[in-house]
Amino acid sequence: MTFYEELRHFADSIGLLAMLLIYLGLCLWPFRPGAKRRTNKAANSIFKDEADGQ
Amino acid sequence: MQIEAALGRAGLWFLLLLLSVAVAATAKDAGFAAHAVIIGVIAFVMIWVTAGRFDPIAGGRTFFKMPDTPSVYDDEIVRWGVIATMFWGVIGLLAGVFIASQMAFPWLNVEPYLNFGRLRPLHTSAVIFAFGGNALLATSFYVVQRTCRTQLALPSLARFVFWGYQLFIVLAATGYVLGVTQSREYAEPEWYVDLWLTIVWVAYLVVFVATLLRRNEPHIYVANWFYLAFIVTIAMLHVVNNLAVPVSFLGSRSYSAFAGVQDALTQWWYGHNAVGFFLTAGFLAMMYYFVPKQAERPIYSYRLSIIHFWSLIFLYIWAGPHHLHYTALPDWAQTLGMVFSVMLWMPSWGGMINGLMTLNGAWDKVRTDPIIRMMVMALAFYGMSTFEGPMLSIKSVNSLSHYTDWTIGHVHSGALGWNGMITFACVYYLVPRLWNRERMYSLRMINWHFWLATVGIVFYAASMWVAGVTQGLMWREYGPDGYLVNSFADTVAALHPMFIMRMTGGLLYLSGALVMTYNIWMTLAGKVRNEAPMTETPYDAERDKPIVDSRPSAAPGTAPDAVPAE
Repeated sequence: MTFYEELRHFADSIGLLAMLLIYLGLCLWPFRPGAKRRTNKAANSIFKDEADGQ
Repeated sequence: MQIEAALGRAGLWFLLLLLSVAVAATAKDAGFAAHAVIIGVIAFVMIWVTAGRFDPIAGGRTFFKMPDTPSVYDDEIVRWGVIATMFWGVIGLLAGVFIASQMAFPWLNVEPYLNFGRLRPLHTSAVIFAFGGNALLATSFYVVQRTCRTQLALPSLARFVFWGYQLFIVLAATGYVLGVTQSREYAEPEWYVDLWLTIVWVAYLVVFVATLLRRNEPHIYVANWFYLAFIVTIAMLHVVNNLAVPVSFLGSRSYSAFAGVQDALTQWWYGHNAVGFFLTAGFLAMMYYFVPKQAERPIYSYRLSIIHFWSLIFLYIWAGPHHLHYTALPDWAQTLGMVFSVMLWMPSWGGMINGLMTLNGAWDKVRTDPIIRMMVMALAFYGMSTFEGPMLSIKSVNSLSHYTDWTIGHVHSGALGWNGMITFACVYYLVPRLWNRERMYSLRMINWHFWLATVGIVFYAASMWVAGVTQGLMWREYGPDGYLVNSFADTVAALHPMFIMRMTGGLLYLSGALVMTYNIWMTLAGKVRNEAPMTETPYDAERDKPIVDSRPSAAPGTAPDAVPAE
């Protein structure tokens, strides 16, 4: 097999699967138990500086 | 430091840097090249040291004040960035109106410097990289300080980024007018300007990451994720797309490292991701900070913003081949580009919904606050163009729309509607805060700007839809003898009214930007326009009374024959 074919087979098998799993993992990560409190805190973090901007 | 001395020194270091790059590339052995690289790095460091000491506005310290304690944010570059955004914005829009007029009235092509071919990249680069780029630079430095609750790291390098970027814009723009171009769409500057931009961009990344690293807030707010994705991806795209061999180190010409269809794919991998990561990710970062701030409510769903982020990152990078439907590009690659483009529709609308739903429970602000109204219109156009884009990427639709003005209309509904409107809204948000003013000079002028811009976009997009479909249908029309019915010149003649309508739309949009410029000018001058407020609280004391029953009442002191309140 040429180097191109090796890369190609990697891309449409393990590479594809790994990308998909990483993507799904990253999307599901904020939905893990107990994450809601953290994301709410993060969403409100931009309002903490109300008083001390220039 | 005096301006002559500072410019002279920075210029000398830049010459040395260019020389060392040239030597590194022509060196016969790796050791020699490594030494040249070391010299180049030193010259680079000296450029920003000089730039850091250079203070062109020593007299205007109160206007562009530098922080002398760590307890204030470093907003000098943000102020410069806002001014540069407006300056380049007006120039870019003016160039756009001019080339739109050239399409309608060809005698406006002034050979050779001001013909359409040279001014078109001037227009695209001015609005995307000069107007949009400065807006991104300014807002990213503003947002990263606020969300990390820390002062900007490496202030000298940050100033180098700003001024170095302006130099890039000037070199690119003058190059186009003089005919210096490598003919790669949205990447027309030649090799030496590309090298300069690479240096500036890496410095930008260093400043941004260094500020993130010294943050006082444990969580990195999602807007910074988008900014970081924008900076990192643009660096990668820029370097790969501009791989080229100069004909001579003393000349501007270069040839691409790629050839044929590989070159085409590289260009559109770059071109579409410039849309995806410059015009989408970067401006979404602005949206995720400024929309919640202006609405005074947190983003509708922080989790959705994370899904939005990762979906754009994983999907956008594959969508480029849809620019090469029905070309020599392998069929599977075209289909791949199409499928990923269609998939992009969902996360894009997720982001739009996230922004719009932030106003849930505060929709009255659309009526009372012209800045919020601009943000809502920007999000609406983001949604519209991210629906139109996937639709146009479908091969059968593309066979009609490609190479027609439909594409131009699509680009402008995104650029004028989404990028322009969100930038204007953010600038309106920033100006009173940066210059410590009570409010903008005039809120009614913001309202005028909103309507001028909106009507302008409607003129632009509607005329280009009609023009595009007309062109597409005329090009593919065969007569019974099997020959094409229309010549190309026939289609151009048919589009003349649409070209004039587009010019009108552009003029309206430009005049909105001029109203904004005046508004900002007066705000900076410290004036507040005496005007009727945008809304009044409707209250009628006569009606604001309980109904008094005519029957005898249990309530003490009520006359049984009281006259009803009516």
